[in-house]
Amino acid sequence: MTDQQHLDLRHDEVEAGTTTGLASPSVDVTESRQNSLWSDAWGELKRNPLFWIGAVLCLLFVLMAIVPQLFARGADPRACDLANSKALPSADHWFGYDVQGCDYLANVAYGARNSLIIGVFAVVVVLVLGVVVGAIAGYFGGVTDGVLSRIADIFYALPLILGALVLLRVGPATDIPIINSRGPGAVALALALFGWMTAMRLVRSQVIAVKSSDYVAAARAMGASHRRILVRHILPNAVAPVLVYTTITIGVLIAAEATLTFLGVGLQRPAISWGLQIATGQDSIRSAPHLVLFPSLVLTLTVMAFIMMGDALRDALDPRQRA
Amino acid sequence: MGRYVARRLLLTIPVLLGASFLIFGMVYALPGDPIRALAGDRPVSPAVVEVLRERFHLNDPLWVQYWEYLKALFRGDLGTDFRGRPVLDTIERTLPVTVKLALVAIVFEAVIGLVAGVFAGIRRNGFFDNLVLVSTTLIVSIPILVLAFVAQLLFGLKLGWFPIAGTREGLYSYLLPGLVLAAGSLAYVARLTRTSVAENLRADYVRTARAKGLPNRTVIVRHTLRNSLIPVVTFIGADIGTLLGGAIVTETVFNLPGIGREVFDSVRAQEGAVVVGIVTLMVFIFIFFNLVVDVLYAVLDPRIRYD
Repeated sequence: MTDQQHLDLRHDEVEAGTTTGLASPSVDVTESRQNSLWSDAWGELKRNPLFWIGAVLCLLFVLMAIVPQLFARGADPRACDLANSKALPSADHWFGYDVQGCDYLANVAYGARNSLIIGVFAVVVVLVLGVVVGAIAGYFGGVTDGVLSRIADIFYALPLILGALVLLRVGPATDIPIINSRGPGAVALALALFGWMTAMRLVRSQVIAVKSSDYVAAARAMGASHRRILVRHILPNAVAPVLVYTTITIGVLIAAEATLTFLGVGLQRPAISWGLQIATGQDSIRSAPHLVLFPSLVLTLTVMAFIMMGDALRDALDPRQRA
Repeated sequence: MGRYVARRLLLTIPVLLGASFLIFGMVYALPGDPIRALAGDRPVSPAVVEVLRERFHLNDPLWVQYWEYLKALFRGDLGTDFRGRPVLDTIERTLPVTVKLALVAIVFEAVIGLVAGVFAGIRRNGFFDNLVLVSTTLIVSIPILVLAFVAQLLFGLKLGWFPIAGTREGLYSYLLPGLVLAAGSLAYVARLTRTSVAENLRADYVRTARAKGLPNRTVIVRHTLRNSLIPVVTFIGADIGTLLGGAIVTETVFNLPGIGREVFDSVRAQEGAVVVGIVTLMVFIFIFFNLVVDVLYAVLDPRIRYD
């Protein structure tokens, strides 16, 4: 294929992306076409090694969060013996012992649960906020859009970590439920509250792109309500980009949770969390570097799993970016 | 263009006010008595408390307090911390550290990111391209917190190349934290440059340049690179806000006395005036550079016209 043909093809795909494929109206009308997008994507995904690495890592991580016993090699994270304090990794205890003399492998394995709960809960709230606000702003436009977009701008101007840091610091002294709990719920809500804007912008732009299509006009002519048009005819177009965004964001939020906990405003003792392990390990980074390295390694692999899957999904779902 | 800039400047006002009010609300709406905190263990008479509450507008509703804060802000008065030091002095003391750190990070980001991206983009799907793709995926996935510790452990403790904390060795002590802070954006710059270069290499004007018989070097440097740089330059400008957020973690781990660590310490100590002052400054910097980038976009790319 010559370069020109290649460019033409890309051009066609861009055109197609706004009218067919990504933008198929609703499931019941054009089922075959909807299927072709997703089955094309699956065919593409199957051949991508990055996707498989990410998927396997993800599966391991989820399994670790649900049944950490499988990974702890029979050790109890809370059964500690000070005599073992900071003992280095050995054949029996792969990750060594922490400062309190607890088996570190068990502690790191049990830490996955809080990370997963916070990552998933935060991303769900981000999606709800992002989809609702983004859909309303994009669909109604005008003053509604102006006000909602400015509000998103305001939150966007505050760095995620900074906003969540302030909220979590003052949170326990307030009487707002969940926020004052010092638990996973508070961390997840704080992250979502300062992290919903990108999802909102994504959904808003998707809605604007298709709201003037013929099929939306047809639905309106048939007397469909705003709600029905949005939910049945417009929002299904946003599923693909939102799915990609969600996958990557779970990883980003898990990293942010560890950071907040490290900074002392996230999860508190006696919770088991990678952020807490890194924070405690920091004090003995010279004598026992494994205390920082192991939770860091598992945290990084987890974040990487979600980012790799998201990248692979984007390549599969968006033919425009394929070279 | 002038009208566009004016309109954008007007639009930044509600965002700036909104963001600072958001932080102000979170910091001051909390229960707890700042006067008691101010007095510490010493007993204070109710009359003194009343006078102080009146002076700091603590009896007024939140929006009145915010209005008083704004009025003082326009006089250049950001208030004082609990020890009576003006917040402005704290910012003057800590801001240069963060500016230096951010500059070092931007240099790393631009130089390494651009070079890696250009070479990857020229030989797409070659060995170097795949190396860049894999390593950027890796770097993006490593939380900045983890990266900071690994860098400290490896380059500071094991190899002893760089100091792991403080600013005693001048600009040299900024190199390691600067690299850590830049890492995520660096990977992004490399990818952006790669895509942009690869795309422009297929453009018609590049084929024309080749057809004219220009040497490969000229085609790449003069024709491809210039156009490929537009999105990269704008990304780097818009990224300054992200760097400020990352500075909170980097400066804390590397013990650099910049605004990032200062704001973190102040949040922990509930030094409301310092938190609000620094966050407002950060938001201002973020909005300012975003505006600069949008204007720059039109200057660099004549196809973009805002009016």
